[in-house]
Amino acid sequence: MSDDLIYLDNAATSWPKPPEVGRAMVECLEREAGNPGRSGHRLSLAAARRVYAVREAVAKLFSAPDPVRVIFTHNATMAVNLALGGLLGPGDRVVCTGMEHNAVMRPLRDLEERGIAVAVAPCDPAGRLDLEAFERTVNAAPTRLVVLNHASNVTGTICPVAEAAAVARRAGALVLLDAAQTAGAVPIHMAALGVDLVAFTGHKGLLGPSGTGGLILGERVNAAEMVPLLKGGTGSRSAQERQPPDLPDRFEAGTINFVGIAGLGAGLDALAAMGGPEAVGRHERNLAQLLWDGLSSIPGVRLYGPADPAERVAVVSFTIDGLTVSAIGARLDEEFGVLARVGLHCAPAAHRTIGTFPTGTVRFSPGPFTTEDQIARALAAVRTIAERA
Amino acid sequence: MIFGVVLFHTTSMALKAEKALAAQGLAVRLIPTPRQLSSDCGFALRFDWAERSSVEEILEGARVETAGVHPLGE
Repeated sequence: MSDDLIYLDNAATSWPKPPEVGRAMVECLEREAGNPGRSGHRLSLAAARRVYAVREAVAKLFSAPDPVRVIFTHNATMAVNLALGGLLGPGDRVVCTGMEHNAVMRPLRDLEERGIAVAVAPCDPAGRLDLEAFERTVNAAPTRLVVLNHASNVTGTICPVAEAAAVARRAGALVLLDAAQTAGAVPIHMAALGVDLVAFTGHKGLLGPSGTGGLILGERVNAAEMVPLLKGGTGSRSAQERQPPDLPDRFEAGTINFVGIAGLGAGLDALAAMGGPEAVGRHERNLAQLLWDGLSSIPGVRLYGPADPAERVAVVSFTIDGLTVSAIGARLDEEFGVLARVGLHCAPAAHRTIGTFPTGTVRFSPGPFTTEDQIARALAAVRTIAERA
Repeated sequence: MIFGVVLFHTTSMALKAEKALAAQGLAVRLIPTPRQLSSDCGFALRFDWAERSSVEEILEGARVETAGVHPLGE
């Protein structure tokens, strides 16, 4: 079955996974499934070693200051909630961009109701951050935190993170990077970019299973002052009824998803074996460019996002005049085995910015295992659908 | 040989310590924490007490926070 499918929904979750991912999870379940950090026996130690090794691999990937500053969460959404809820209190101000996902916008709108000021820096219709307007927005009032969407899940538009982070730092704000669409596809060096926190998911570009992700804390983040999202047992300082200050335990209450993390570790190994984010990202962007060029030549197709491929990750959004996106998506799947995501992609703010709210777009997102032949077949499918529109 | 143990607040620190010391060629081993010493973390790191000063120096350099260093006896 899977041989016939053309999976172009890697921005939602990467598929297929490297076979090592499932194997690592089975091995962990069958051989190392003690509770890491809770007991002193060999199965607990084996699981703890596995988790710590993945912490180190994540720290290395993002050039994080210390493996213990890698906090595992269930996904990027939980990481964003931990960062926003943990750092912001009544009277604080936060600035985000006009291309945010609801993983950021919904917690921000919730915080807004609790006395936190939220300002949105505008992006142009291609999703590009207007740096001058951004600087004015940041400097309009004392700002505690800036949230940057590293690359849009709707148009792939890449944020000029280093430039924006420099503006934020000059204003004394911390910078949270939402790397949901870029981890594994774009090299990320925290210090070089000037970001203080990175929220990532494990099940997209890092090729791991769902239920994995994390928040990385840079050196400027005072973890002791950051409020944990969850409070509970950590296996450490058990005599205390208060949440411990130690990292990563402070933010990892409850048994972590160590089976999933074992899979994430195998995903990271596979990513490295394929040449790492640089090489995999290049492969994906080349395919995205084939999609962009091919779609541009089909009458009735409209593309969204910046025309310059250097400004995009491998996400291509389009519409076809005269057809609803849901009809296009259904025909792609049923008649051609082409799997795309249609609609608003959980990012109404981004669709408002690019002018496709509320109908949305069709989104193609190739992954590490997508081939040029599959791209050609997907383009032929769109051409057929557009001709009959 | 007299052994010593390093105690930790968290498993992550115990593993970080083990890695840092092993990388410097020291013979160390994670053992279940002796109950008489602490109830904090499940693991403690056993080392040759004669190497105590190197152990403490390496752990400090690697930014490992410990919950104490104790002699363990033979």
